[in-house]
Amino acid sequence: MQPLFEFLLRQGDNALVLGHRTSEWCGLAPALEEDIALTNTALDLIGQTQLWLGYAAEVEDTGRSANDLAYLRDAYDFRNLLMLEVPNEDFGRTLMRQFLFDAFQVPWLTALQTSADPRVAEIAAKSLKEATYHLDRSAETVVALGDGTADSNARMQAALDYLWPYSGELFADDETDSAMADGSIAPLPSSLRPAWATTVEDTAKAACLKLPESDFAHSGGRTGARHTEHLGHMLAVMQVLQRSYPGAVW
Amino acid sequence: MYAQMVKSTGKGLVAREDMSFEDRAFQDRIDAGEKIEPKDYMPDGYRRNLIRQIGQHAHSEIVGQLPEGNWITRAPTLERKANLLAKVQDEAGHGLYLYCAAETLGVSRDEMTEMLLDGRMKYSSIFNYPTLTWADMGAVGWLVDGAAIMNQVPLQRTSYGPYARAMVRICKEESFHQRQGFHIMMAMVNGTADQKRMAQDALNRFWYPALMMFGPSDKDSVHSAQSMAWRIKMNTNDELRQKFVDETVPQAEYLGLTIPDDDLQWNEDTGHYDFTEPDWAEFFEVISGNGPCNVDRLNARQKAWDDGAWVREAMVAHAEKKAARKQAAE
Repeated sequence: MQPLFEFLLRQGDNALVLGHRTSEWCGLAPALEEDIALTNTALDLIGQTQLWLGYAAEVEDTGRSANDLAYLRDAYDFRNLLMLEVPNEDFGRTLMRQFLFDAFQVPWLTALQTSADPRVAEIAAKSLKEATYHLDRSAETVVALGDGTADSNARMQAALDYLWPYSGELFADDETDSAMADGSIAPLPSSLRPAWATTVEDTAKAACLKLPESDFAHSGGRTGARHTEHLGHMLAVMQVLQRSYPGAVW
Repeated sequence: MYAQMVKSTGKGLVAREDMSFEDRAFQDRIDAGEKIEPKDYMPDGYRRNLIRQIGQHAHSEIVGQLPEGNWITRAPTLERKANLLAKVQDEAGHGLYLYCAAETLGVSRDEMTEMLLDGRMKYSSIFNYPTLTWADMGAVGWLVDGAAIMNQVPLQRTSYGPYARAMVRICKEESFHQRQGFHIMMAMVNGTADQKRMAQDALNRFWYPALMMFGPSDKDSVHSAQSMAWRIKMNTNDELRQKFVDETVPQAEYLGLTIPDDDLQWNEDTGHYDFTEPDWAEFFEVISGNGPCNVDRLNARQKAWDDGAWVREAMVAHAEKKAARKQAAE
């Protein structure tokens, strides 16, 4: 697989899988304002998916479209982070995950704006505006819920503890990352760890939350080597119409 | 129509000679086409009726998120998923404008939510029907939003200012939703045999429930007469239903779909379609809790409300702590 195609799938699949999970909240959030805000986030992410997977399809050049990539690949061909495919569980975990991801996306997309690949730079610039807003909101919500009540603090701590072992995958450089770095298309993800850690530490402190000490990290999402059991269920729902009625135009 | 069977709390139309001085002056303002604003004098019955009507409309938007939300995770393409998400988000936004409009009458959003959940307030019967295939996303946009527009366009001229202004914003979005629904139906009828079948099936299931949205014939209703005098109801249910049928039949023909009514026919004398009335016994069952989805819809709202309680409490607690810290620092 071409490294650039692989790289673009990682960007697109992150946006798609998190966008889909976020969309599961539509109509069910704790308050109308939160419902509207979560749907905005989902909409931004689905929009980013179209850009990343659209470009991936062009780079692949086998006649597949962004929709084909989204709806007709099976779990082992997905390249998203494991953290993004685990179930929402509750509002606390949903927002904590969003925050941990946003804290990476902002420096990541900032760096991609100067990519040697102009299309990557263009998509990053557009996505960065959205990611910056997402980070403001997710960080603020994590602080509010961490600081709020004893119950909300416990829930947010549980969410952080659950998600923490998945966060290390953000920085697990591999051959694709090296190829992107060599071509000045993207920095090595590991180079962003200090910036991410600062944001996460500051926010956790303000939220009265304790960062787990373990640095164990699950892996297998961004390479496709071993997804969680959850992704298959998500795809079974998401892809049902495209799979059941091959060739139909919707 | 999202406000059905809104029972007036008054005793029917009050004759001018029986009105108090203030009520007469109030009626004169309405007759002159003036807008009533939150701080203006208004009869208690007007206020209570409006709270019920706006509340029912707001609840319909919120409960109405559920049948369409049912297909967000299964939308067949990225574009359709984004469009449906945006549409359901608009409905949440409409709920928000309407709750705000109702709040100007002295009832809080939380109070109205409690009244929805314990059954004191209703929502439109249409949202108690299930969405079973993707074509239902087309049928709901085309027929349900289409029927809602029939009622809501005149309400832009309703007498209560905040309600009228909310309705202006809502109507713009509803027309867009209706076109989006029609567009889904177009894709279905131009698609495979399976897709055509889904489209016809969706029309079969949603036609009569859509006609019920306007409520039963209100020609004899004293409540309607008072609401019309107050300009919080602008047309009779029958007028709106007829207008809906007249506009929708040619659209169905354009789509190549058959309206499930053997007696539907153009009447040269009246210049309208003759059509079969929906089964009003079914309608009364649905509004009294026995529709196909009533229990599930309310359970879903109750669960979202209960599951979100800790978040709402935490947000309030954090805001209070923040304010206290700020005060301590000053």
